[in-house]
Amino acid sequence: MIGKTKLKYDIALSLLLARWKQTLIAAIGVTFSITMFIALLSFMAGLNTLLDGLILNRTPHVRLYNDIKQAEQQPIDIAFKISGQYNFIRSIKPSYELLQIHNSAAIMANLRKDDRVLGVAPKILAQVFYNVGTINLTGVINGIDIDAENKLFAFESYVVAGNFINLKYIPNSIVLGKGAAETMLVDIGDMVQITTAKGDHVQLKVVGFFQSGVVEIDKVQSYTSIATAQKLLGESNNYITDIQVKLKDILQAPSLAKEYHQLYQTEAIDIQTANSQFETGSFIRTLISYAVGITLLIVAGFGIYNILNMMIYEKMDTIAILKATGFSGKDVRWIFIAIALTIGIFGGALGLLFGLGVSSIIGQIPFKTAALPTIKTYPINYNIVFYIIGGVFSIITTYLAGFFPARKASKVDPVIIIRGK
Amino acid sequence: MSNIVLEALHINKYFSDPVKVQVLTDISFKLGKAEFASIIGKSGCGKSTLLYILSTMDTDYEGDVQIDGISMLQKRETELAEVRNQKIGFVFQFHYLLNEFSVLRNVMLPGEKLGKYATKEIESRAYEKLKILGIQDEALKSPNQLSGGEKQRVAIARALINDPLIIMGDEPTGNLDKKNSEIVFNIFKELADVYQQSLLIVTHDNEFAAKTNRIIEMEDGRIIN
Repeated sequence: MIGKTKLKYDIALSLLLARWKQTLIAAIGVTFSITMFIALLSFMAGLNTLLDGLILNRTPHVRLYNDIKQAEQQPIDIAFKISGQYNFIRSIKPSYELLQIHNSAAIMANLRKDDRVLGVAPKILAQVFYNVGTINLTGVINGIDIDAENKLFAFESYVVAGNFINLKYIPNSIVLGKGAAETMLVDIGDMVQITTAKGDHVQLKVVGFFQSGVVEIDKVQSYTSIATAQKLLGESNNYITDIQVKLKDILQAPSLAKEYHQLYQTEAIDIQTANSQFETGSFIRTLISYAVGITLLIVAGFGIYNILNMMIYEKMDTIAILKATGFSGKDVRWIFIAIALTIGIFGGALGLLFGLGVSSIIGQIPFKTAALPTIKTYPINYNIVFYIIGGVFSIITTYLAGFFPARKASKVDPVIIIRGK
Repeated sequence: MSNIVLEALHINKYFSDPVKVQVLTDISFKLGKAEFASIIGKSGCGKSTLLYILSTMDTDYEGDVQIDGISMLQKRETELAEVRNQKIGFVFQFHYLLNEFSVLRNVMLPGEKLGKYATKEIESRAYEKLKILGIQDEALKSPNQLSGGEKQRVAIARALINDPLIIMGDEPTGNLDKKNSEIVFNIFKELADVYQQSLLIVTHDNEFAAKTNRIIEMEDGRIIN
C-alpha cells in the first residue's frame, strides 16, 4: 500500500517538475497570498490591541460607584401602593448623598475573595481647580492605590517623566497630566497649588508627568495617592468613591456588573457598556483583514486551477497510458490532487515563514506619535491562530482548486487519446 | 476449455454521433493460450474499435467479453483497471513512454501499480524483460534518447512486466520501418513460441499478418474469415 502511494506520488512529482516554472509561479501565488494574509492580520490585530488598549486596558472591567441621582423608589410609591394607580411627580431633586461607597473595605475584601476577580483597585475622584496665577483650571484628581493601579492598569507605562513610585513615598505629591503641566509651565520637583471643591488651598509636589494619549484627558487628569486625596477632600481614611474590578474573563463583565449592583447596592457599570464603540471597531477591522486575505487566497487558487488544467491538456498521453496500464480514474484523481496539495503545502509553508518575516519587519519600523508615548514601533500581534488559519486555508483552497481539474483528468477516456494518434 | 484466455460473445457496437451507425455486428470469437492472432481489415472496418472493447477500455457496447473465463460486464471502473493492469499488456502504434522517467522505471510502472512484488524484485524483472528484448543496456537512459524501434521495444517490455494473460497490439509496427517491424514481429513470435504468450494484434500490414498463426479478417464490422 505504501509502495503504491509512493508510486502515485512519484508520478505526481514528475508531472509537477515537468512544468516546474508554472508550478513555481502557482506556488509563489500561494506564498504571496499567505504572506500578505499573515502580515495583514498580525498588523491589524496589533493595531486593534493597541487602540483598544488605549482605553480598555485602563478601564476597569466593572466599576462600582455612587451616582448623584434621584431615588428609584420615591416615598409616595411606598405609601400609596394601590394597583391601578400611578403617581406622577414632577421636578424631583436628588437628596444630599455622599459619592462615598459605604462599607468599602468590606466590599473590597469580599471582591478579592471572589475567584472570578483578578484584582481590585480603590479610587477617589476629586474635582479640583489648578491655580495658575490668577487663573483657575478645572481638573480631576484621582486618588489611587499605586501598587494595585500599576498591577491592574499598567499605570507605570503612562508616566512619561519622573518616577510613579514616588507618589507612594513622597507625601503630598502629584503626577500631573502632561497637558495640564504644559499649561501651568511646571517641571518635576516644582510645587503646584490647587483649590478643592470645598475651597481649601493645598500645595502638592510634582513627581511625574502622565500621558494617556488622549489629549483631553491629559489636560484635566492628575494622580495622587489615596491618602493625599482623602486629605484634600477632608474625608476620613475609609472614604472611597470608586472600586475598580478587573476580571479574569472580560466577557463576564455585564453579568457580574448586574450581580454586584444587587449585592452591594451601588451603581455598577461594565466595560462593554462603557466602551461599546471599541468592540465594533475591532470587529470591523478584523473582518476586513480576513476578507482581503481570503480574496488573495482565492486568486491564488485560480492560478493553481489554471496550471492544473494546462497540465492535463499537455499530459493527456501520460494520463491515457496510465489508465491503459491499469491506473483507475481514482488513482489519476489522486495524482492531480496530490499535485495541487503539494503546491499548496509548499507555497503555504513558505508563506507562513515569509509572513512571520514581513510582520517582524513591520514590527521594526519606527512609529512615534505624541498620542501614544509607550509605542516605539508599529504594533504586531504574533498570534499562532493566524498561522493555523493561514495554513488550513492554503490547504483548503488548493484542494478545491485541484479538485475540478483532477476530476476532469480522471474522466479522460484513454481510447480517444490513443486512437487519435 | 480452460485454455481459452479471451472470448468475445455477440458484440454489437454503435456510434451515435451524429447519427446512429452500427460499427460492429455480432462479433464472436475465442482466443486460446499461446495463440498468436492478428486482426486485419480495411481502415474503418472496426478492428481497432473491437480491440478497445476487448481491452476493457471501451465499455459502451452490447454483448459480453470474457477474460480468463470471467465476464467483464458487471465490473466497475476500478475493477476493470485492475484487470488491465494484471491480465492485459498493451502495445500501441505510438510508444507512450513517460519522458519524466527512465526506461527502466517506465517498464516498472505497471508492476509497481500491481504491487505483487517488492520494488527490488520488480526492478530485476524489468531488467529481465529488457534483456529478452535486447535493450537492457538502455535501461537507465531517458526514453527520448532512444530510437523509434527501441522505444517500441521498451513499450513491449512494459506490456510484459506483469506476465499478462494476453498482449494486445494496435498497429504496433505502424510507425516502424521494415527492419524494426521485423524485429518487433520476431519478438512477438518468440513470446508466443517460447513463453506461451497469447497475442492479439490489430494490423493493416498483410505481410505481418500472414506470418501469424491465425488471421481474423474483418469487413464492415463483421468477421468474414
